[in-house]
Amino acid sequence: MKPALEVVDLVKQYPGVRAVDGVSFAIAAGTCFGLLGPNGAGKTTTVEIMEGVTVPTSGRVLYHGEPLGRRFRDEAGIQFQKTALQDFLTVRETLQMFRRLYPRGRDVDELIALCALEQVVNRDNRKLSGGQLQRLLLALALVNDPQVLFLDEPTTGLDPQARHNFWDLIRAIKAEKRTVLLTTHYMEEAYFLCDVVAIMDRGRIIAEGPPSRLLKEHFDDVVLEMPREEFPGDPSTFPLPVLVAGDRLEISTADVEQALRALLDRGVPLRQLRIRPRNLEDLFLELTGRELRT
Amino acid sequence: MNLRRLLAVWHARNLEFLRDRSTLAFNVVLPLVLVIAFAVIFGGQPRGEFDIGVVAPPGAALDVRLHPFLGTRFVDFHRVEVPELDAAVRKVERHETDLLLDLRAAPRYWVNTDSPKGYLAEKLLLESARDAIRQPVSGAAVGYVDWLLPGILGMNMMFSCLFGVGYVVVRYRKSGFLRRLSATPVTALEFGAAQILSRLALSVGVTTMIYAVLALLVPFHNSGNALLLFVTAVLGATCMISMSFMVAARFLSEELASGIINLVSWPMMLLSGVWFKLEGAPHWVQLASEVLPLTQMLHAARAIMLDGAGIVDVLPRLAALAGMTVLFLGIAAAGFRWRAD
Repeated sequence: MKPALEVVDLVKQYPGVRAVDGVSFAIAAGTCFGLLGPNGAGKTTTVEIMEGVTVPTSGRVLYHGEPLGRRFRDEAGIQFQKTALQDFLTVRETLQMFRRLYPRGRDVDELIALCALEQVVNRDNRKLSGGQLQRLLLALALVNDPQVLFLDEPTTGLDPQARHNFWDLIRAIKAEKRTVLLTTHYMEEAYFLCDVVAIMDRGRIIAEGPPSRLLKEHFDDVVLEMPREEFPGDPSTFPLPVLVAGDRLEISTADVEQALRALLDRGVPLRQLRIRPRNLEDLFLELTGRELRT
Repeated sequence: MNLRRLLAVWHARNLEFLRDRSTLAFNVVLPLVLVIAFAVIFGGQPRGEFDIGVVAPPGAALDVRLHPFLGTRFVDFHRVEVPELDAAVRKVERHETDLLLDLRAAPRYWVNTDSPKGYLAEKLLLESARDAIRQPVSGAAVGYVDWLLPGILGMNMMFSCLFGVGYVVVRYRKSGFLRRLSATPVTALEFGAAQILSRLALSVGVTTMIYAVLALLVPFHNSGNALLLFVTAVLGATCMISMSFMVAARFLSEELASGIINLVSWPMMLLSGVWFKLEGAPHWVQLASEVLPLTQMLHAARAIMLDGAGIVDVLPRLAALAGMTVLFLGIAAAGFRWRAD
């Protein structure tokens, strides 16, 4: 079965910078694919080429094995990271306008219910909160009942409650077997929603696969976290690898009992100690050697 | 009041203004354009007391060698070509020209018996051409309101068309709304047509309403066909909206777009004959004004309203408007950009 979306040797050259440098990957139909990377990694350029709004220098994008065309335009739903809407139009009027741009699509009332917009349906676009606006933008992306959905950092700037609410919406869409391409800075979000992630840096894909498999391939240890002030003396003299990140201190180990013994031997109190498995953010640091940039 | 704080804010505002080059340029360029335009239009020789049209033999200069009357001081003599004779006679009938003199054979002249200035111009003529053949005409003067009305309505349409589309499209682009639309099946042509039709309906609708209200409140002259006048308004508005769409096709800055639209609209207001006739202006200015959509629309509208012109008479003007519309839309479609980056 052909993948829903496939990019082949994608290159985008801007004056003085190669934003995308020979990227290839495929997204199976009905899956959620996460494209992760720090700012400037080239993921937005890659996604915009896949959306058909930016022309690549070279390379191809295929939708069900065919170059992007009318079928893609009719079947793709796109939520840009930032989109201004027309002033003085209400949520319902905006949805109705976009709905009329497509030959087929979802009923506007159905979208309003799906994206929990009932309370603001007659509100001017300008008066929506951040979460309400993101839900409206998602509804606009769904207005043509898309087979493939592009979500570019859809939860940036949302509070935790709004973000979790948004995740529930995306899971409902996933349950309908739609193909989703998600870019995000939130590793927790990618882990929670994506079947497969690809990590980009400097225009290239540096890792790709299901999050759990990637973590298993790159890590066999866990992290012991504690406040820096609880750890006496110089961390570099500790027998295990120690990373000081601000006011936190992280110890990496595959043998938790040994690490605990070494901490107790050093007289470190364990009352604020937290043991956690490796996550995608650790993978980021491991692969890019940098803090995740937001 | 703290002077230090005031100076800090004053300094920051000055830097902001000076570094916004498009706004700064507009503030400098616009007054220059206005002064130069007025100097060109109204400069040169002082206007005479009387305006007299002269039909001369081919190649003859309008001076005393042709006829002693042409040496009379404080009279503006302007050449009338033979094909324009009927139109020139109509101007005499409407008091727009004080007297029309044909010197191709024995002097013959047309004078409006109802015109005070025509009466005096005739007295002057007869001082040096006692046996000139008199062709009396009559007719009421066209009031300034009658002449000005199409200009005012046209100017209102021009501002509505230029700012209602160009500025808005640039704002849509800058805010990312156009980029969002580009991800839908909407084409640039569909988007442009929607903007044009929306503004067209608004502009022509409002103008028609104002015209109807004025017809009730202020008696003015319209001897032409109302439907033809409406068609002229539609074509003129379409042309000016297309012009605005062309200006907005690529620009990213609202300030710059606003400046450019101002730079387009002010010369149109000055050179298209909204407020005054350009007959005293240099010939090249009159020629240059012909490329402005507002000129074409106003000439056609005034011909319909004041002279009762029909479709055949104004067809060249309407064709010019249609041609410019196609040109502007073609340039806009070729250069249109959805995105700000």
